[in-house]
Amino acid sequence: MAPSIKSAPINKVKKDNFFVRFGRGIGEWFTNFGKRFADGSIGTKLSHFIFGAGNFYHKQYIKGTMFLVLQILIILFLVLCPSVNGTPYGYKALANLSLSNVTEGGDFDPNTGAFTQGSNCMLMVLFGFVTIAVIIIYIILWFKSIQSSYKADMDIKVGKKPTTFIEDLKELLDSKFHVLMLTPTCIAALVFTVLPTIFMISLAFSTYNQQDMDAQMTTLFHWNGFHNFVAVFTGDGTLGMEIKNRFFPVLGWTLVWAILATVTCYFGGIILALLINKKGLKGKKIFRTIFILTIAVPQFISLLAVRNILGEYGPVNSLLQNLGWTTGPIGFLGLNAADNEYLAKVMVVIINLWVGIPYTMLMTSGILMNIPSDLYEAATVDGASKTKMFFKITLPYVIFVTTPYLISSFVGNINSFNTIFLLTGGGPTYVGYQAGGTDLLVTWLYKVTIDQGSYNTGAVIGIFTFMITATITLVTYRRSKAYNEEDTFQ
Amino acid sequence: MMNSNVSKPKHYRSQKKANAVSLAVTYLILIVMSIIWLIPFVWVVLSSFRCEYVDGTFVGTVTSNFFPKALGFTNYKNLFTATYYGVSHAFPRWLLNTLIVAIVDCIISTFLVLSVAYCMSKLKFKLRKAFMNITMIIGLFPGFLSMIAIYFLLKSMGLSGNSDNPTLNIVGLVLAYSAGAGLGFQIAKGFFDIIPNSLVESAKLDGCSNFKIFIKIIIPLAKPIIIYQALMSFTGPWMDFIFAKVIIGSGNPECWTVAVGLYSLLFGTHPDTNLFTQFAAGCVIVSLPITTLFMFLQKYYVEGVTAGAVKG
Repeated sequence: MAPSIKSAPINKVKKDNFFVRFGRGIGEWFTNFGKRFADGSIGTKLSHFIFGAGNFYHKQYIKGTMFLVLQILIILFLVLCPSVNGTPYGYKALANLSLSNVTEGGDFDPNTGAFTQGSNCMLMVLFGFVTIAVIIIYIILWFKSIQSSYKADMDIKVGKKPTTFIEDLKELLDSKFHVLMLTPTCIAALVFTVLPTIFMISLAFSTYNQQDMDAQMTTLFHWNGFHNFVAVFTGDGTLGMEIKNRFFPVLGWTLVWAILATVTCYFGGIILALLINKKGLKGKKIFRTIFILTIAVPQFISLLAVRNILGEYGPVNSLLQNLGWTTGPIGFLGLNAADNEYLAKVMVVIINLWVGIPYTMLMTSGILMNIPSDLYEAATVDGASKTKMFFKITLPYVIFVTTPYLISSFVGNINSFNTIFLLTGGGPTYVGYQAGGTDLLVTWLYKVTIDQGSYNTGAVIGIFTFMITATITLVTYRRSKAYNEEDTFQ
Repeated sequence: MMNSNVSKPKHYRSQKKANAVSLAVTYLILIVMSIIWLIPFVWVVLSSFRCEYVDGTFVGTVTSNFFPKALGFTNYKNLFTATYYGVSHAFPRWLLNTLIVAIVDCIISTFLVLSVAYCMSKLKFKLRKAFMNITMIIGLFPGFLSMIAIYFLLKSMGLSGNSDNPTLNIVGLVLAYSAGAGLGFQIAKGFFDIIPNSLVESAKLDGCSNFKIFIKIIIPLAKPIIIYQALMSFTGPWMDFIFAKVIIGSGNPECWTVAVGLYSLLFGTHPDTNLFTQFAAGCVIVSLPITTLFMFLQKYYVEGVTAGAVKG
C-alpha cells in the first residue's frame, strides 16, 4: 500500500499508485507465464499439465514425486467428493455453495423406521469454502511446479547442475528460511482463523437462524443478500424489532464505554505510576505486587468475586442495610430487570478501573523514569510549579510515547467481553429484548449467536464491530510513526 | 546573588518539610488503594475457608457477613472429592485437563510466534508487508465471530462436541488455542526489531545460514520475549472460560478446563448457589500457581507489554 502523501517525507521516492502497481504486476505475471511455456524445456512445458514432470525430466525424483502425489491427491479430493455426515467436499461442494438444491429431512419413515437426512446447509457452505481453499492451494502448487522446473532449465543454461533434493532442503534453512518458518502458521491460520472468519461473514448474507446448535443436521437456509443489514434499519430480520430498536443504543454505549474505560484507566494508571515511583517512597515493590494482582488473577475469578460482593445477598448490601442507609438491596450491577441502568453503567466503569489501572501503571512506570531529567531542571529554573510541569512535560511526553497503546486499548475496550459479561451479564435487561442496558456489541453478539442461534444477525453485529475497530485502527495507525517509519526503525 | 545564597537554607528546609508531607499523603493514598485492591481477593480466600452450619446443614452460599464465623478445610475437601455434572472427582480432572492443554499450547504457540516474529523482523521477502497488513486486519475481527465457525469446523473433524471419544475434544481445544497464535507476533517482532541488524549481517558475512542465525544468535538474545510468550500462552487456558466452553460443549463435563468447570458451578445448566464456597476454594487453587508464576516472571511481563505497546 502506498503511504499517504501527507505523512510521506519529501525526500522519499514517491511510489506508484496501488492500482498501477497491481495492474503492472498482473501484466508481468502473464508475460512470465507465457515466457516460461515458450522458453522452457519439454519438462517445463509438461509441468503445465502434470505437476513435477519437469522435476522428473531434470532427475529431481523426490521433488517430482512430491508434486505429483499432491496433484493426484487434490484431484481425487475434487472429483471423488469425500463426504462427512452426508455433506460432500469437492466439486459437489462448489455446486452446493449456491444453496439452491437442498432437501428437507428429519422425517422418520413409520414403516421402515429409516431416518431421512436432509441437507445441512451450514456444512455445505463450510465445505464449499474449504474446497475453494484447496483449489487455491492447487493453483499455488501448479505455479511452484512450473517455476521449479523452469529454474532448473535456467541453471542448465548457465552451465550449473539442477539443484538436488538435499540442496533444496538446505535452501529452506537459509535463503528460503521464511517459507519454512511461515508455512505452519499460514496453514494453521488459514484453517482456524481465515476460513472461520470468511464463513461467518458469509452467514451475514444468509437466513441462518438456528435455535439449537446441536440439532444442526437438518438446518436449511438460503442466501438473502443484504437483507440482514437493511434489517438494522427496518427491523424485519430474524431478530425482529430487537435489532432495529437496540442496535444504535448498544452501539452508542459501546463507544461511550470504550472512551470512558480507556481514558479513566489511562490517567488513573499514570497517576498511580507517579505515586509509586515517587522519590523516597519505600515498599515500591510491595505496592506494585498488590496492584498487579488484578492482572495475575484470572478475570473470571476476580470479577465474579466483585459481582458477588456487590450482589443482592453480598456483604456490601447487607452492610448498607445494617447501617440503615438503605431499606432494600441496591442492584449495583443491574442483575435484575428492574435495576437502574445508569447505576450499572457507572459501576462497570468504576470496577473496570480496578482491573485496568494496573496495566497502564506497568506500562508508564518505565516511561516516566526515562523522561530526560534536563527537561525538569530547565522548568525548575524557570520557576514552573509541579502541577504545571506535570501538564506541560510529563503528560505530553507519556501520551506521545504511548499513542499506539492508547489505540490498542481503545479497540480492546470495544471488545471488552469479560468485564461486562462477568459483572452484569449485560443487564439490566428489557422485556422482550436480548440486549440489556450494559451490553456491548460483543456481549450482544455472544447472546445472539451462542444463546439464540441467530448466526446471521450475529454476523451482522460482528461485521459492524469490525468496521468500527478497523476504521479507528487504520486511520490512527497509518498516521503513526510506527507504521510510516517501520523500515527506518530497523 | 547574595540574596539567594542567604535564603537558601531556609528555603531548603521548607521544601524538605513539604516533601515529607507529600510523601505521607502518597503513602496514605497508596495504602487506601491497596486495601481497595485487596478486598475482593481477601473475601474470596476467606469464603473458601468458611465452614458455617445452620441447623446442621452446611452453608455454601454467598453470605452477608464479610468475615466467616467458622473456618475449616471442608470446602477444599469437598471440592476435590465431589461429583459435579455426573463426573466423579471432577475438579482434579479439570485441573489435569487444563495443565495438559496449557503445556501443549505453551510449546506450540511460543514456537509459532517466535518463528513468525523472526521472519517479519529480520528476513526480507516478497510478501512481508502484505502478510503484516493482512494479519492486522484479521486481528480486528471479533474473536467470537470465528469461534462458532471453529466449533463447527472442529466438530466436522470429530474434535469438538464429541461425546463418543471425549479426549479428542481436548486435542480440538489445543488446536483452537494454538493454531492462530502465530498471528499474534507483533509484540515479539517489536522485541526482535531492537536486536541490531548489524549482528545478523556480520553473522551472514561469516557464512551463517538464516537458520543458524535464528538458533545461535536470535534465540539466546530473545530470552525475555520467550518467557513472556510462554507465560502468556501457559496462563491463557487457565483464564479463558468462554472459548473452552463453546469448543468442548456442555455435553462433555469430563473434558472441561478448570475455568469452565468453576464457572459452571455458579452459572451452568445445574447452578447451585450452595456451591459458592467450593467455587471460592477452586478459585484459590487456580489462582495460587498462576499468580505465583506471574509474580516471579513479572519483569518479563512488563518488558513484553512495553515492547509491544510503546514502539515508535
